[in-house]
Amino acid sequence: MSVLVDNDTRLIIQGITGTEGSFHGSQIREYGTNLVGGVTPGKGGQEALEVPVFDSVAKAKAETNCNTSVIFVPPAFAAVAIIEAAEAGLDLVICITEGIPAADMVKVNHKIKNLPSRLIGPNCPGVISPGKAKVGIMPGFIHEPGSIGVVSRSGTLTYEAVHQLVVAGLGQSTSVGIGGDPIIGTTFIDMLALFANDDETAGVVMIGEIGGTAEEEAAQWVVDNNLKKPVVAFIAGQTAPPGRRMGHAGAIIAGGKGTAAEKVVALQAAGITVVSSPADIGKTMAKAIKI
Amino acid sequence: MKIHEYQGKELFRKYNVSLPEGYPAFSVEEALTAYDKLNEKTVVVKAQIHAGGRGKGGGVKLAHSRAEVEKLAHQILGMNLITHQTGPEGKEVQRLLIEAGINISRELYAGIVLDRAERKFVFMVSTEGGVEIEKVAAETPEKIIKEWIDPDSGLTKDQALNLATALEMTGDQIDSAIDIFMAIWNVFIENDCSLVEINPLVVTGDDKVMALDAKMNFDSNGLFRHKELLEYKDESEEDSAELEASKYQLNYIKLDGNVGCMVNGAGLAMGTMDIIKLCGGEPANFLDVGGVANAETVANGFKIILSDPNVKSILINIFGGIVRCDRVAQGVIDAMDTVDVSIPVVVRLEGTNAKAAAELLENSPLEFLVATSLADAAEKAVSAVTGGGQ
Repeated sequence: MSVLVDNDTRLIIQGITGTEGSFHGSQIREYGTNLVGGVTPGKGGQEALEVPVFDSVAKAKAETNCNTSVIFVPPAFAAVAIIEAAEAGLDLVICITEGIPAADMVKVNHKIKNLPSRLIGPNCPGVISPGKAKVGIMPGFIHEPGSIGVVSRSGTLTYEAVHQLVVAGLGQSTSVGIGGDPIIGTTFIDMLALFANDDETAGVVMIGEIGGTAEEEAAQWVVDNNLKKPVVAFIAGQTAPPGRRMGHAGAIIAGGKGTAAEKVVALQAAGITVVSSPADIGKTMAKAIKI
Repeated sequence: MKIHEYQGKELFRKYNVSLPEGYPAFSVEEALTAYDKLNEKTVVVKAQIHAGGRGKGGGVKLAHSRAEVEKLAHQILGMNLITHQTGPEGKEVQRLLIEAGINISRELYAGIVLDRAERKFVFMVSTEGGVEIEKVAAETPEKIIKEWIDPDSGLTKDQALNLATALEMTGDQIDSAIDIFMAIWNVFIENDCSLVEINPLVVTGDDKVMALDAKMNFDSNGLFRHKELLEYKDESEEDSAELEASKYQLNYIKLDGNVGCMVNGAGLAMGTMDIIKLCGGEPANFLDVGGVANAETVANGFKIILSDPNVKSILINIFGGIVRCDRVAQGVIDAMDTVDVSIPVVVRLEGTNAKAAAELLENSPLEFLVATSLADAAEKAVSAVTGGGQ
């Protein structure tokens, strides 16, 4: 059993008939993920990627007993799609969509915070447990099954880290992109808690970036919970200028707060190994994991 | 997206936020017309640039006569205004706001932002108006009073009353303050703002509460539902290369170094800048070419990077996932055909079809420095500038 996704995952795609949904959906299927259906309002009764399409998540759940959804719908409709999936009672909702207004995510968080569903993202590459299931847009083939948990606010930088782990001889238990937006569902803390209790995970790679205080909160969590598994972290944006949004909506140093330096200090104080070069993630983890 | 104070006040007026009368002016003549319309003894001549700290920088002045308005308008229009937010290069003033002078009894602060940790919008007030709020937050955080806003109910009257009380409002001031707080919350939420800041919010000599300033930023992810706000965009406030890049859907931010970089993905782009610095170089830019790195995007990326004369080498770092590296390599080769690139180009392609990509680059008659890893790429790009082979 992996955290989040594995062979028991029964996946639907919200936005399965759209360009993104059908392209990435076919890759998700090819990887071997158990895709059981899709949702596009108004297209219920049709078929896409060889699975039935439903008008709503509730209908899809009733017919397919799906437990996970991945969302590819455009930003204007994504908030409603997340709430719909959570209210239908799915265990896991992964929102890939980039560009959702912050005010919509404030509302989404408020609506779903007391529901049992877990939200990953938005604005993220998704989740993969190599060899078991891929629910996202990451290239599956670069991953190898193994014992390192990866959690990151980035997309391609996560792939870079995974590649380095593989070169260093380390596979991954689960790799999660939690998203580059200011408001996201699952945080570093949530993932650290899952990895801490996961027998398949021996060490964690954590990739943060400028903006917000999620890394500092994670550092405090590591101290408070006395996490025994080694954590190797990198913080992107050491050279980023203040006041500028560095691609991701959440990657901004605002009012002098959210700098890489502050985050590095907090992580190091918690006993986490912070690499200053993004090229050192893999080999540093390999060293840390050797007893 | 940022807008000017006078534009923010235009929006405020639609929501009945209490403000001094004022008019924008793009020339000295317009400044004088505005003065005549105001018919006030004292007016304020305010430089309009997308940066705070204008008063300290000499961009906000009082005028007591028509002649003085003329003199100040001459002086401020066209001046290079340097504030703590513009950086040392400053910003040229092209617009003014001519506003009625107000009899101020107290200067306060009010602002709304997103609190990421609480995942809610937060309304903040402080009795320490007229100074940098970052300074207040750092030195005397207890002087900032906050109300977190429930997304279902919005700002409530009770919360607005709490804020007014925290600002030591009395008598008629209280209702005036509640009205203004409710109004600016409506401005904020109905326009997908990411920041509304009034510094100073003032209490006048006759107990009215008024917004003397209006700083407003919009969530760019929300702009699709507020097309009317795009009219407020002032392109002259933006860096020309950054503006050009946005037309190509490229995410570019100019920096001060000389090693240019072109990367897919924002996190990897930041990481690439960081490793350039670690190798002893200085990154010239942030550039995320996004998911589609084809000949056209790469060619546009080259043009944007090369528009900066400081750039002495270029590092292309693409981690091919869905995008195949051999296609990216062909894109780079084709782009080099259309754009004249006379400085060293280091290419590092990893991921899908990386081997085929390396062969394409090596067999090309064009001169590339092909890198085998992220570290190797950064070292090559930096030593191409410094001339030293480490």
